Amino acid sequence: MNEQRARLIVEDSPSESPQLRAENLARIWAEPIGFWGWFKAVHHTTIGKRYIATSFGFFLAAGLLAGAMRLQLAFPEAHIMGPDLYNQVFTMHGTVMMFLFAVPMMFEALSVYLVPLMVGTRNIAFPRLNAFSYYLFLFGGITLFAFFFVNSGPDRGWFAYVPLSGPDFAPGKRADIWAQLITFTEVSALAVAVEVVVTVFKLRAPGMSLNRIPVFVWGQVVTAFMVIFAMPGVVIASTMLLLDRTGSTQFYNPAVGGDVLLYQHLFWWFGHPEVYIIFIPGTAIVSTIVATFSRRHVFGYMALVLSLIATGFIAFGLWVHHMFATGIPQMSESFFTAASMMIAIPAGTQIFCWIATVATGKVVLRTPMLWVLGFFFIFIIGGMTGIFVASVPVDLQVHDTYFVVAHFHYVLIGGAVFPMFGAFAYWFPKITGKMMSEKLGVWSFWLFAIGFNVTFFPMHILGLRGMPRRVYTYPAGAGWTLLNQIESCGYILLFLGVLLFLINVWRSLRNGPIASSNPWGAGGLEWATDSPPAPYNFLDLPTVNGSEALWDAAPDQPVVVGLHEDVREILTTRLMDAEPEGRDEFPEPSIWPFVAAVVTTALFIGSIFRPIAVSIGAVPLAIALIGWFWPTREESARRRERDIWQKNA
Amino acid sequence: MKGKWILLAVLSLPPFVGCKREQRVFDPGACGATPAGATVLNEVSAGQPPPQGAPIGYQQSAYTVAEGKRLYQAYNCVGCHAQGGGAIGPALMDSEWIYGSSLEQIHSTIVQGRPNGMPSFAGKIPDYQVWEIAAYVRSMSGLLPSDVAPSRSDHMPASVPEAAKEKEHPEQENQQPVEGPKP
Amino acid sequence: MMALVTAVPGFHGPQTPLDPAGPQALQIEHTLFLIFWITSLVTAIVFAVLTFGVLRQRSKGGVPPVLELNPATERRATWIVGGGIGVTVILIFVMMISSFITSHRTAVLANSATLKINVYGHEWWWEIEYPNGEQPYRIIRTANEIHVPVGTVVDIHGTSRDVIHSFWAPNIHGKKDLLPGYWNDLTLEVDKPGTWRGQCAEFCGLQHAHMAFNIVAQSREDFDSWYLAQLKPAAEPQTTQTIHGREVFLSHPCMMCHTIRGTTANSTVGPDLTHIASRSTIAAGTLANNTGNLMGWIANAQSIKPGCRMPPNPMPSTDLNDLVAYLETLR
Repeated sequence: MNEQRARLIVEDSPSESPQLRAENLARIWAEPIGFWGWFKAVHHTTIGKRYIATSFGFFLAAGLLAGAMRLQLAFPEAHIMGPDLYNQVFTMHGTVMMFLFAVPMMFEALSVYLVPLMVGTRNIAFPRLNAFSYYLFLFGGITLFAFFFVNSGPDRGWFAYVPLSGPDFAPGKRADIWAQLITFTEVSALAVAVEVVVTVFKLRAPGMSLNRIPVFVWGQVVTAFMVIFAMPGVVIASTMLLLDRTGSTQFYNPAVGGDVLLYQHLFWWFGHPEVYIIFIPGTAIVSTIVATFSRRHVFGYMALVLSLIATGFIAFGLWVHHMFATGIPQMSESFFTAASMMIAIPAGTQIFCWIATVATGKVVLRTPMLWVLGFFFIFIIGGMTGIFVASVPVDLQVHDTYFVVAHFHYVLIGGAVFPMFGAFAYWFPKITGKMMSEKLGVWSFWLFAIGFNVTFFPMHILGLRGMPRRVYTYPAGAGWTLLNQIESCGYILLFLGVLLFLINVWRSLRNGPIASSNPWGAGGLEWATDSPPAPYNFLDLPTVNGSEALWDAAPDQPVVVGLHEDVREILTTRLMDAEPEGRDEFPEPSIWPFVAAVVTTALFIGSIFRPIAVSIGAVPLAIALIGWFWPTREESARRRERDIWQKNA
Repeated sequence: MKGKWILLAVLSLPPFVGCKREQRVFDPGACGATPAGATVLNEVSAGQPPPQGAPIGYQQSAYTVAEGKRLYQAYNCVGCHAQGGGAIGPALMDSEWIYGSSLEQIHSTIVQGRPNGMPSFAGKIPDYQVWEIAAYVRSMSGLLPSDVAPSRSDHMPASVPEAAKEKEHPEQENQQPVEGPKP
Repeated sequence: MMALVTAVPGFHGPQTPLDPAGPQALQIEHTLFLIFWITSLVTAIVFAVLTFGVLRQRSKGGVPPVLELNPATERRATWIVGGGIGVTVILIFVMMISSFITSHRTAVLANSATLKINVYGHEWWWEIEYPNGEQPYRIIRTANEIHVPVGTVVDIHGTSRDVIHSFWAPNIHGKKDLLPGYWNDLTLEVDKPGTWRGQCAEFCGLQHAHMAFNIVAQSREDFDSWYLAQLKPAAEPQTTQTIHGREVFLSHPCMMCHTIRGTTANSTVGPDLTHIASRSTIAAGTLANNTGNLMGWIANAQSIKPGCRMPPNPMPSTDLNDLVAYLETLR
């Protein structure tokens, strides 16, 4: 054992009984109560639960919009919705699913709730920023839907290509609202990305060296880095779009040397990694659940982690395969074909490793594992159709047809929604302290899996029969009617599957059986604490001996002692080997992040109508930030004390 | 705890002020589509009686104003008035209005034509499109709210975009009486 | 998967990449099926292994304790996984090379194009232009219907007049975007005579769904006679009815947007109607070109294609009859 850790552990050994300490810690880390308390909360489990509930709410809303589309497309030349409403609906469906559900759920919600627990610390890094990011995400979503309900929903597709979304062809404020929604979600995703990176790099439990970090956490770190590198692309694209529209700049005006393809390059620089930002957390979930329910360490830990990282890198070299039809020179198209096909190698590695885990383990077929098996079947089909679209000549035929719609629903629903439902079933006992019904879970899985295939498999065929995407209707004689009607029927099954899941959640919350701290016999650190976790997460901060902390723990695994328990103090560790490095204090709950989010929202929405709103809004925002960071006398005193301690250490 | 939901509801109110701006009516109905100023042989028309005065909404909807802008190009108004700066015809982006600046006055100017070169478009343009063009003409001198007026176009910039135009208050003094349609 | 694909009838049609009418679509179809068979086989094997593994290793009772890892099994699994990755790499290379070869083969045609056709995308129709290098004034302008001689290599030279559109006739070749500010070329050749349907493949606003065109592939002689007919100005109306129809056209909003060569209508906002009756569809492939559809389209296009640029034209039924009678003489 390292000298420094030993010193930290022996210093001030706790004299009080565990019960007294627990009460004390609960008082120190308690979330504020009452009306204003709701807005002051900063603990990652509170914010994480809100993230999960909110983004799942957006998933349901966007799913209902999909139902509206399926209704319209069930009949040729239907007049159920006009083109104007249909364009808004399909744009909302895509935008909400991508920006308000998939990224917030797979990355923000799950990592905010789980990563601090999995690395064994008391809260996420920068907790106030975390609260701020949640409010911004929430307000962005509310804004979008509020505008949608007054007939101002964006109607230019989730990609909003110029010039269709530009000032000349998109009158009104619909496209501006889309561009600003992007800003809302960018800011919140970037904030969480920074928090996750810092949490994982600096706040891990002693002993959790890089090669012992759970695969789930690795996945979220890779995702966080991808968010940090990808988001600036869409920041620039959407800001230039907004400037073109409201500030009369000429970035995308071909008549004066602007370029419409510039937008596509910037957008897909973000847009393609975006797919992996959604899918890597999914694979991270799969690695976790597969290990737990095969009753063994995941096969090929190193290979899995390296393929996650490789995926993260290669994902930035594929964006042009969304633009093969734009007239890119053949040489560069070939390069992007090669890169696109290359990504099959890390993806294949992951799948082979999981199969090896299953085939050499002892498989327990519970609901979470069922969802993961569903993931395998769906995602493999999606990956295989991905090879069609990676090949330039074939892509030129299937691009922008229903074949692509089928492909990315197989990849995204297979790669994210199936693992997400698996994650819900898996971590539900941890988050709520109640077990879900196994029977309802199996039913909702089968309804969803069958409904999914009935809805989306025929789309492959429709695409090969020439049906383009994003059409609000189709001619009766094209031979597309029957397949579309089959798809619309499949939607009903999907709908019932989700409904059953909701019923299951509701029933379990009311009178589900009480969950123990580790109902699945899993190995992650999050299972070492109560279900649901106390506001201080762990009574004794744990130390770690292997990649599955609980399975690999020594019989007398030490715990961290010596942190001050009368303030919100946490232990910081070193990046590589997670040796204890120092201590830090986390901020108290505060209303200021909420205030700052409200002001930022006003600023963003105002800037749609008057560019000057940015300047005016900066003043209250500065005031809110000053309030946010205003130090108290005692805090400063303690910080000085810690600095001296650190210097002496 | 109810309070927070009320607060959220209040925070989501602002967009409701912009309902009219995004309205898109594609089918104007039989009356709106009848060419403006066409000789009517028979006062009986199908559907509702024709509306009197300026229909409401043409100046509130960004879509109709944008359509007006498109038609202004398509029907070659640019040929004489350029992009609002005027050439053969008078400028449309200044504060000077020879035949009045109201929507109705512009409508009748287009339909009836005016001395010294403005042709009559009677019977040539559907009534609703004349209103759209008239609404756009008003936006050229900044008379429409900036969230309704069009932004820059994808052409060489010839003038300040309508949405960014400072409001030019119409000068009423040199306004000439409007003549009725000639028999 | 294959069974499902073949079980669905109707893979022959005027708008599918699986019924090739030209050498390029045929090449692409070969690559598509190569990838299809490889991926189907791989998928089947992986599914089988996975299903077998799950069924064999299923735990019957509750949650068993964590397994001790057996080094021999792990080593064996490592070999199998490594082999799987190796096979993946090889198959990826096969598909990649095949894709490169196809790309190359579809592109080399570009050097031998003998007929150039300009295509302009509009919201929501296609303007087709046959330029004439030697006699620049003898240009054909038509809409939504491209005539090509069978077996001739054609250069589709395209751009957009407004937003991005994508030119796609799947039986003949893949798609190419028409971008404002760029000219893109798509070289194609049709081998099978017939009418092949194409459609805009890039979302372009309200009526993206109703933006189709036809490619009519015909023998050289038929093409030449069509070409010469298109060069002529509009036919003079012969009967009182059609003469009145032309008056209606010229005294109504029609002439504000459309051209009929040989009359005073010469606006280029909408499609050129000089030879409207020779085309098989109207409204960019939305409706068949017949008397009833023409009347409905003129009377209220907005009920058929809401948001399109064609305004409704309420007029007395005699006028409408005469107008359509006149348009139908414009062969």
